[in-house]
Amino acid sequence: MSVKLLLEKAHVEGIKSYEVYRREGGYRAAEKAFKLTPAEITEEVKKSGLRGRGGAGFPTGLKWSFLAKPEGVPRYLVCNADESEPGTFKDRYLMEFIPHILIEGMIISSFALGSNRSYIYIRGEYAWVADILETAIGEARANGWLGKNIQNSGFDCEMYVHRGAGAYICGEETALLESLEGKRGNPRIKPPFPAVKGLYGCPTVVNNVETLAAVVPIINITGEEYAKIGVGRSTGTKLISACGNIKKPGIYEIDMTISVEEFIYSDEYCGGIANGKRLKACIPGGSSVPILPANLLLKTAKGETRYMNYESLSDGGFATGSMMGSGGFIVLDEDQCVVKHTYTLSRFYWHESCGQCSPCREGTGWLEKIMRNMENGKGTMSDIDLLWDVQRRIEGNTICPLGDAAAWPVAAAIRHFRDEFEWHVLNPEKCLTENYGLAHYADPIQVTT
Amino acid sequence: MKVEFTAEQLKEIDKVIERYPEGRQKSALLHVLHMAQDSFGGWLSVPVMDYVASLLKLEPVEVYEVASFYSMYHIKPVGKYVFEVCHTGPCMINGCDNIINYIKQKLNIDVGETTEDGLFTLKTVECLGACGYAPMMQLGDHYKEHLTPQRVDEIIETCRKEAAMAS
Amino acid sequence: MADEIKKDTAAKVKVTIDGITTEVAPGTSIIEAARQIGGAVAPPAMCYYKSLEGSGGRCRTCLVEVTQGSAANPRPIPKLVASCRTSVEEGMVVKNITSERVLDARDGVVEFLLINHPLDCPICDQAGECDLQDLSYSHGNEGTRYKFVRRTFILEDIGPYIKLHMTRCILCYRCIHVADQITEKRIHGVMDRGDRAFISTYISRAIDNDFSGNMIDVCPVGALTDRTFRFKNRVWFTKPVYVHRDCENPKCCGKATAWMRGDEIFRVTTRDNEWGEVQIIDGEPAWICNTCRFEKKQVSDWVIEGPATVRKISVVNVNKYRNTIKPKETLMDVMGGLKPNLLMNIRSVSEVNDPDIKLSELNRPAIARDFDIANDIDNKIPENPGNAEKYNSELLKSSTKEN
Repeated sequence: MSVKLLLEKAHVEGIKSYEVYRREGGYRAAEKAFKLTPAEITEEVKKSGLRGRGGAGFPTGLKWSFLAKPEGVPRYLVCNADESEPGTFKDRYLMEFIPHILIEGMIISSFALGSNRSYIYIRGEYAWVADILETAIGEARANGWLGKNIQNSGFDCEMYVHRGAGAYICGEETALLESLEGKRGNPRIKPPFPAVKGLYGCPTVVNNVETLAAVVPIINITGEEYAKIGVGRSTGTKLISACGNIKKPGIYEIDMTISVEEFIYSDEYCGGIANGKRLKACIPGGSSVPILPANLLLKTAKGETRYMNYESLSDGGFATGSMMGSGGFIVLDEDQCVVKHTYTLSRFYWHESCGQCSPCREGTGWLEKIMRNMENGKGTMSDIDLLWDVQRRIEGNTICPLGDAAAWPVAAAIRHFRDEFEWHVLNPEKCLTENYGLAHYADPIQVTT
Repeated sequence: MKVEFTAEQLKEIDKVIERYPEGRQKSALLHVLHMAQDSFGGWLSVPVMDYVASLLKLEPVEVYEVASFYSMYHIKPVGKYVFEVCHTGPCMINGCDNIINYIKQKLNIDVGETTEDGLFTLKTVECLGACGYAPMMQLGDHYKEHLTPQRVDEIIETCRKEAAMAS
Repeated sequence: MADEIKKDTAAKVKVTIDGITTEVAPGTSIIEAARQIGGAVAPPAMCYYKSLEGSGGRCRTCLVEVTQGSAANPRPIPKLVASCRTSVEEGMVVKNITSERVLDARDGVVEFLLINHPLDCPICDQAGECDLQDLSYSHGNEGTRYKFVRRTFILEDIGPYIKLHMTRCILCYRCIHVADQITEKRIHGVMDRGDRAFISTYISRAIDNDFSGNMIDVCPVGALTDRTFRFKNRVWFTKPVYVHRDCENPKCCGKATAWMRGDEIFRVTTRDNEWGEVQIIDGEPAWICNTCRFEKKQVSDWVIEGPATVRKISVVNVNKYRNTIKPKETLMDVMGGLKPNLLMNIRSVSEVNDPDIKLSELNRPAIARDFDIANDIDNKIPENPGNAEKYNSELLKSSTKEN
């Protein structure tokens, strides 16, 4: 049984409301935090080794310490709830069922950062979740956790929900700030970084929902204790949103010590592959991270067991590894076509590119077109090399990471499933109705059901 | 249709503007556009956008730019009920293609089209963040998840009834 | 005096670009530092425009490799950076054309910019002074690998003076900056997103602001062209001359370039500097008003100052300027006094012409190395000083590897 920090009380009846949340020990961390100094809170977060849960995995304490603090200029904390990475739906669960843990985490973080006005930027499609958050903020305010002189600490803080309107790119922190300013979600060219010039030109910290929520248990059990959970630099717990061809899709809180195999096949988590099929491939961290065939997913190239943590998932680099990313765990069974799946992802990135910089604007469109041809049996062998070349020239040359995110899935699919691409080229009539199957990247674990 | 918010809505807009520092009323644009779309026929026509611009003291082009950027704003007329079916990877794995085809047949429209009675529009959209509950679609402010042909039938039926009641 | 010198040196940072070290003011962007050195060291730029605040960073043609971040922190920057939006640091080392990575990335960017470009240069007014054309010549590939239908847009009418040809646009955002910063208000913008994004007024409004004509000059391609000049002449048939007049508009500097053929003024533009950007006259960018640009097409409207300076790469230069002074030959300086005819290792070749080598069997011209290998000669180049030795030995090394 693994440790649960965020979802411990998720199944308590009525936890959505302030009363129940408070009764179950909520806002204890906030009480504790207001007895500490902002610097002490930041120190706790640093000690905890908490890493950004949005995808990049940047140490949160370090990010906070970068925040510029010029006199007379407001500072902002912005919560990134623009969860749009295909395969990721953990933040929604947290906000929908335990909104107060996010609000409590944000109050503590606002206090630590000196932000008197904090925003939750939520993706526009989560309209009803925004309403839940509004209600929860109202409750928190009514109970003296927001507003002027919170808990006699002398600290003022207001919190607002800002609804987006449908743009994946607004999950990129500078695009999010642009959108928060009521503009098009075009990522800004860095430097300057948000920590120096962010929202309205003021120093700003942007953190993911799960990251901010994790501040609550960190303050509760202290950073040192938090750091003891997990392994190495992957401390604490992580929410994994599992989907695809598994028996039990959903949100799981893991302490990053379990193996990928356990996560997929154990009844405590995904419960194995649905319909008695076999595992073909998996995207372990949200659509933009490299896809791994079953044999490389469960064991690293060195033959060691692969674990569900930052280091182990990226073991082997992009050649034989992947990334923890945002924790969107997409499982593909033997009936799935990697080419088709990659095509839908290419289409996604083409649709979501903001169009500001040329490699991404033109490159994602080009990838989408070649992938569409490939999927529909109109591809040629040289197209596979062309795909490789195009993605290579997008990666790393764009303003924001969307270019990389568009390039990596294509690169990984070709790297590990080139034979499936070739099969599509060689069997143009078959490829729409039939499936290439498992081939040599089969699931090494024979599961009998 | 008269393009004007009610006094109550105007009050709400003032409140939303107050959320942002002084002189940053543009930040309220996304919210006001959502309101405008809901209030004025489900889409953003040029007069509606101009009205929003005047409310927030913006140049009209700033509103056009924003409205055309975000995928939730419809800048062309749509039906009363917009079925926005997700067709990105995880939903595709779980058979969203069948659902889309079923809706197409059922309503006799193609993706991007509206039924003749102006009730339904079918759109395909990219990931809506409900991958674990696939296949799914967005209808208004809510998600309809774990779609099956039967479920789609029910939804269409409910919409038809609702529309009949309203008229 | 001593203090003054100190101050002066304190206000400069040293930066090395493609092996050439220069000193610039702190906060200068890499591209500006490179332009101070000049020549091929300066990266090409499609969206960056010095006089427009906030421009740059989008086209990614000016990407460079930073091999040393600064003297204090000598780590390289892992990704290529946009030189127009990255400031120099003391001791920074930058590679532009000497970096394979940069050239490859730039190749890619040019390809991306061209896949949806109509390539209608023969009927485009911008031809001959088009930045994309120049870029394609210097960094592009022959042919295309793009086999899909190119993106097109419907022509939009945006008033009597400016033609918007969206299909040619590369979305550099320069015209947006002009409208924001130079004209009274902006009525056009970027609509939609991704590769569907387009410049438009959305409702086909006429852009009739006093300074809107400057958008034509900043446009790096033929997306915005002058309707009063459209299809009237080709740029290379006209002669640019500097002219000025007393303009009634207080914001207009009245100093312009008139493009003439015979005694006729075909069009009026701002005066450009060697990077194709508007000149700074009296500390201000010399933008001109629409009256000067579109209405004053009579020679009597203007006072002619003399021939305009044109960019080195300008098509206007071709076959037009004879008897010009040729630049000094610098080869001998670079080679440390070695005369060009001694560059080749001719001595070792002419001495031994081994009859065993069947020159006819080589699938390429014979080079010194063939004889060296045949004669078992240690192919050290005798006393070639400086870079030449290094260059030659590297050349030999690489060609040996290939075989």
